[in-house]
Amino acid sequence: MQPLTCVDGAAIPLGLKNVDTDIIIPAKWLKTISREGLGAGAFETLRAEPGNVIDDPAYAGAPILIAGDNFGCGSSREHAAWALGDLGIRVVIAPSFSDIFSGNAVKNGILPVVLPQDAVDRLMEVARQGEPITVDLETQTVTTPYQDRFAFTLDPFRRDCLLGGLDEIALTMARGTAIGAFEAARTSDQPWLMRGTAI
Amino acid sequence: MSKDGALTPNPMDTIMASRPRTLYEKIWDAHVVETRDDGTALIYIDRHLVHEVTSPQAFEGLRIAARPVRRPELTLAVPDHNLPTTPRRDANGMVLPIVDPQSAAQLAALERNAPEFGIRYIPATAKEQGIVHVVGPEQGFSLPGTTIVCGDSHTACHGGLGALAFGIGTSEVEHVLATQTLLLQQSKSMEVRVNGDLGPGVTAKDLIMHIIGQIGAAGGSGYVIEYRGAVFERMSIEQRLTVCNMSIEAGARAGLIAPDDVTFAYLKGRPMAPAGAQWDAAVAYWRTLHSDDGALFDKSVVIDAATVEPSVTWGTSPEDVVAIGGRVPSPDDFADESKRVAVQKSLDYMGLTPGTAMTDVPIENVFIGSCTNSRIEDLRAAAAVLKGRRKADNVRWAIVVPGSGLVKAQAEDEGLDRIFTAAGFEWREPGCSACLGMNPDKVPAGERCASTSNRNFVGRQGPGARTHLVSPAMAAAAAVTGRLADVRLLGVTSNT
Ligand code: SF4
Repeated sequence: MQPLTCVDGAAIPLGLKNVDTDIIIPAKWLKTISREGLGAGAFETLRAEPGNVIDDPAYAGAPILIAGDNFGCGSSREHAAWALGDLGIRVVIAPSFSDIFSGNAVKNGILPVVLPQDAVDRLMEVARQGEPITVDLETQTVTTPYQDRFAFTLDPFRRDCLLGGLDEIALTMARGTAIGAFEAARTSDQPWLMRGTAI
Repeated sequence: MSKDGALTPNPMDTIMASRPRTLYEKIWDAHVVETRDDGTALIYIDRHLVHEVTSPQAFEGLRIAARPVRRPELTLAVPDHNLPTTPRRDANGMVLPIVDPQSAAQLAALERNAPEFGIRYIPATAKEQGIVHVVGPEQGFSLPGTTIVCGDSHTACHGGLGALAFGIGTSEVEHVLATQTLLLQQSKSMEVRVNGDLGPGVTAKDLIMHIIGQIGAAGGSGYVIEYRGAVFERMSIEQRLTVCNMSIEAGARAGLIAPDDVTFAYLKGRPMAPAGAQWDAAVAYWRTLHSDDGALFDKSVVIDAATVEPSVTWGTSPEDVVAIGGRVPSPDDFADESKRVAVQKSLDYMGLTPGTAMTDVPIENVFIGSCTNSRIEDLRAAAAVLKGRRKADNVRWAIVVPGSGLVKAQAEDEGLDRIFTAAGFEWREPGCSACLGMNPDKVPAGERCASTSNRNFVGRQGPGARTHLVSPAMAAAAAVTGRLADVRLLGVTSNT
């Protein structure tokens, strides 16, 4: 995974609430067996509207997206995070995120920044003026050229993973002995749990 | 995490055992492999369901890193999302090819990946095939007190058996395959307590839609919900699965209903459920799985069952719920500015005018199916309304998609298929179908569908499709009247 420390650039002022994963990437794009190329289907329905903000040349290549409450609600499809990544988005700023989406985002090197609604509103204004926004994960702050400064927090594990571009599976596999001990206890106490499909 | 990255045993373990705990805490505590200094915990995963859409990239990741599946017998793979619901074999019994090349490739990938990694696979043509969330409980693979995951948000469904079940992304699917664990932060707990009785003709689907309408699509965000009260104790397992299934539509990670004798009776004798002495030991453990008296929830919501009516959605979020006797709202009815904007957008998309009676909304399509409402009791409820009746002429397409091959066979044994076909419905093969329209079953742009599924998102049932979520009985009533309709006016008073 690509590490993320500081992102600086234009922000797309999407601003909508309850942007569900069907909006981010419609079902017909889920038939792929690869993680690549999903940017083409990102926000397909929104982008069919003339003058939509995603395709506005003012925000071409913007690495930041600003949205309303409950961003990424709905399906667990990680395709939503892959699609945003393919569009070049590295940071999404919103008042709240769905649990599953924020997990998927981090695993794909995308930082979900939770800020209060008034801070998000302010950043929307800045973004609409085409001014850049700086998101610094090391100091956990969002700043603008107008001296705005908003602090955010990310849980320490996710922060470490993003800053270091860590492979979470390798980290957990290193705990194999503890997992093995847990399984051994299970096998003697509740053997049916370890049987699964082996009938 | 401590400096050297080591994990430490959970110092809270002993304290936790001595104070009253919620059901969620009990299941969580029983699955902690290790707790880290940063508050996250490595949680053991007992059951993993895999389907074709969210797994190819996970298997590919394992292959690239040359990692095996740690516990293949704890994973069960079933194709469901892409499968056409038309017959799967020709007249000579030959398996028919999948026409859409992308769907075919994705299905073929699962068929190849499962045996390559030693995972049990139920093929598209097996009678046990069905929607993952129907198959898991039906096979006794999903059990009380277990942690269950799937690359699918409606995994919450299995909470109806008292399992901690939740959806995960593809990276997590890969993580579970490789390690049989997930690194998680404990959620907050929410109690949704429903007091009193549901009125005549009000079902589990109506109740959960009402609850979502009350707490909102993001109201459960960060929480695991436990549904409590006599209403849930009286529900069958199928109804409990319906309730827990839609927890995710309130934004909750999972939904739970404490297991009881109804649960045990449902599971006994299922192919993958424990048997003999192990069954008795399992039941003895399962009986301890309930929230203790005095257990604290981070949030409580109380709902009076008597206020719940047969429900229907008018908009494009599952929180856009109204009683069937109600009217399409106006943006002005909402205090919040961003909600007003969202309501206007929804109304434009749905082609609805504020103030219209819901029962004046005509529909052209009816979909009975999905992991929310495709089990045998759902089909019985719809058939009870349709018996001796026929769909209205303006209903162009009405389709029943059983949740699994076993549900389909049982329904055929009971003669339900003939009631459906006599009423003008198409009787299909199991799968997700028009719930999300990844297969050929789609609702045409601009047309309305009374659907027993769980999401009314923009384009969910096909680009431009307009979805009204309802219960199976209400979907049948809509088919018969050609409009959204109050099933009670057709003389139906059942609670299923
Ligand atoms: S039936 Fe619908 S909600 Fe359920 S698993 Fe399939 S696509 Fe998802």
